[in-house]
Amino acid sequence: MTDEKFVFSSTAKRRLLILAVVGVVLLVIGIFTTMNAGGHEAVEAAGHGADAAAGHGAEAAGHGEVAEGHHEAGWLQRLYANLWFHNVYFAGIALIGVFFVAVQYVAQAGWSAPIKRIPLAFGNWLPIAGVLMLVIWLVASHDLFHWTHKELYEVGGPKFDEIIYGKKAFLNTGFYLFRMVLYFALWYTFFRWMRKEILQEDLTGSTQHWFKLIRISAGFIVIFAVTSSTSAWDWILSIDTHWFSTMIGWYVFASWWVAGLAAITLITIYLKEQGYLKMVNSNHLHDLGKFVFGFSIFWTYIWISQYLLIYYANIPEESVYFFERLNSDQYAPVFYVILLMNFVFPFLALMTRDSKRHVMFLKIVCSVVLVGHWLDFYLMVTPGTMKENGSFGWMEIGMAMIYLSAFLFVILSNMAKVPLVAKNHPLLEESLHHHI
Amino acid sequence: MQVVSPVREPLVTGKKTYHDVTNDICGRVEEKPSKSWLLAMAVSLTALAAGGWALGETLWEGIGMWGLNRTVGWAWDITNFVWWVGIGHAGTLISAILLLFRQKWRMSINRAAEAMTIFAVICAAMFPIVHMGRPWLGFYWALPLPNTFGSLWVNFHSPLLWDVFAISTYFSVSLVFWYMGLIPDFATIRDRAKGISKVIYGALSFGWDGAARTWSRYETVSLILAGLATPLVLSVHTIVSFDFATSVIPGWHTTIFPPYFVAGAIFSGFAMVMTLMLVTRKVYKLEDYITIKHIELMNIIVMVTGSIVGVAYITELFMAWYSGVEYEQYAFLNRTSGPYAWAYAMMMTCNVVSPQLFWFKKIRTSITASFVLSIVVNVGMWFERFVIIVTSLHRDYLPSSWAMFHPTLYDIGVYLFTFGFFFTAFFLFAKFFPVINIAEIKSILKSDSEKTATVKTVAENVNE
Repeated sequence: MTDEKFVFSSTAKRRLLILAVVGVVLLVIGIFTTMNAGGHEAVEAAGHGADAAAGHGAEAAGHGEVAEGHHEAGWLQRLYANLWFHNVYFAGIALIGVFFVAVQYVAQAGWSAPIKRIPLAFGNWLPIAGVLMLVIWLVASHDLFHWTHKELYEVGGPKFDEIIYGKKAFLNTGFYLFRMVLYFALWYTFFRWMRKEILQEDLTGSTQHWFKLIRISAGFIVIFAVTSSTSAWDWILSIDTHWFSTMIGWYVFASWWVAGLAAITLITIYLKEQGYLKMVNSNHLHDLGKFVFGFSIFWTYIWISQYLLIYYANIPEESVYFFERLNSDQYAPVFYVILLMNFVFPFLALMTRDSKRHVMFLKIVCSVVLVGHWLDFYLMVTPGTMKENGSFGWMEIGMAMIYLSAFLFVILSNMAKVPLVAKNHPLLEESLHHHI
Repeated sequence: MQVVSPVREPLVTGKKTYHDVTNDICGRVEEKPSKSWLLAMAVSLTALAAGGWALGETLWEGIGMWGLNRTVGWAWDITNFVWWVGIGHAGTLISAILLLFRQKWRMSINRAAEAMTIFAVICAAMFPIVHMGRPWLGFYWALPLPNTFGSLWVNFHSPLLWDVFAISTYFSVSLVFWYMGLIPDFATIRDRAKGISKVIYGALSFGWDGAARTWSRYETVSLILAGLATPLVLSVHTIVSFDFATSVIPGWHTTIFPPYFVAGAIFSGFAMVMTLMLVTRKVYKLEDYITIKHIELMNIIVMVTGSIVGVAYITELFMAWYSGVEYEQYAFLNRTSGPYAWAYAMMMTCNVVSPQLFWFKKIRTSITASFVLSIVVNVGMWFERFVIIVTSLHRDYLPSSWAMFHPTLYDIGVYLFTFGFFFTAFFLFAKFFPVINIAEIKSILKSDSEKTATVKTVAENVNE
């Protein structure tokens, strides 16, 4: 019935290129200003370090080390932390695209039939994210992950850390890298498998593919359920090596999921405004809006559950994580801004039915939510790596622009390769008459 | 226009007309109680009486009748409380959250599931009240009354008090929601009834007239209540989990508890719905409304939530090791290999392993397997709470006070009493109230029944 195909216009390409160039310029400006300001900051930081050491106890060793290395490598370490959190964030959004498609199949959802090619295209970013993740880790692991330092494991050595030593079976380079490769290999394999089956359906028109996709999707969801948690332990939890929280896996998932939903909504709107997706109307947008609204509340639920329980029990091993973030002029504002952007704003703005059906509202809220969760990942990674020397500025903003432009370039160019709407989807008719 | 794809299976089979639906469901209310119903009632009342004696003894003599000791100050009472509250989650989940997700299959099971919710919450509420020792004073202790009432101001810092608010709110909203849905159906029964039952059902239906304006008000209230009920479903078990997780007891204090308890609650609630619906379906011959498809979908939810719970168990175990905290590590070592290892094994097998059987289509569409596994799941969920509560308490920070918990006859008896109450209430409901929402089933008859020409079964599609 519909044979739409997305054309990745040269205007769009040029805009993305400009975005990337501006990003690079900002990043370079950021690096230069950081390098020049380095000496001054280090003196200040040493003072902070002494204060913090008194309060932190167990973490004191880590602080001292960062302060020492600051003179030469402050900006470089910041660049690494910057790269790492961006890579985790965008890898997550790509993964959520595949997960969203899988959930639609398993739940046999009808409304989403014409928009599924958008999240599906996200999966094309996965191999790039995987390679980048591996390269960044190989180059920067000592600056990002405290546990990678060999001297911590020398029994009786001056820097021996008994707690980290106890985690050796899980936190060791070989097993860690094996897991990283395994996650991306599994995710990408399933993505390719789903994509192949979906494109076959366009050609043959048989409902067999739809039934088969339900089974493949179920398999992917099982793998996702495990790997989304374990990858969060690897990439986020192990940064603050002493700290632990059973919730972190689901917390990272919730943050990824909302960001992914907001990204799907924004790209759907963009395509709609370009004249594509004729089947999509305010009813479909309403459903996407409900998702962003509902899961913003879900993220907040996970957030408050983790925060409240750690705050209430007030066990030093656990509360150090929030102590580090709240007891800092650098991070505390971000901490509160995240709550405003990811909960208060979407909760109030998307409460009414009308706001979920109007493009303008959705565009504003989804953009805010995307930035909010981007800051959330900044705050998960930076305090653990940079300690009190972390900061926020042109480097982070420039890097975000580079990543965004690359991510969009990859998914849009892949979207242009295949039909935009699954014309033989057995539930397409339901979606065409979708009315809520 | 609403379109239903031919790949979907019908939700109402047997080519039913609107009149058939009315007859099939009202007929059960109108006819004389059957022998099987009377027998079931007799068994429930016996359990109620036997348990009532144990409850009476406990109230008269005090909670010293239970097996609690200085180390294990909470055991079966709180285990049963959490177990029943968990079961009480499915009803509102089905009526509110599945409504938001537009799952039409919920319409055949929501009425009974909501009734079950209400009875389960009552059973749950009994345990903290009895545990007060002097329940007649509970009103003063549990509610935020000023000190001039002769009691101390409640402790707002305590999650136990938050429980009072969460559960009473949840109970009220669920009750109103359930009753609202019943009103149009009571009117249907009233219109067919004669004599005294016409008066009774007339009163119960609040003078429902079926006018367009009445329906419009009904729809509005339903939507508002669904909106209110959705956060409540999550809040109740979240706060129940806070009872444990806000403490500093190894094995209790863990951040994953709130969502993991909610998933576990939905898991056990759905299993209980399954147990009850399979019996009701058979006795009342409702096979055309509660189809194999319904059973399959419920089993899938049981499988998914069981697996979520499984991920949480593994996460807890892993983090206990990873944390490097000696107490955490010991608490979990003790769980898995200590004197209560058998209970832990029971929990793992029933909750994580057994639902995986539902990956096989043969098993998840088999009535016998579904029935057996639904009971296995609830056995497992009881053990989960027992494991969390007792294994964390019985070996505390001071090895000289380590102890075991042994239930007495009265622990068992009070638990039996709640079973007696639950089933008595459920059987009364099933006899005198319409067990399926007549009005809602009629609303999907056109789009999702076998009667409509466009609907083809999956089997036909596969053969094409």
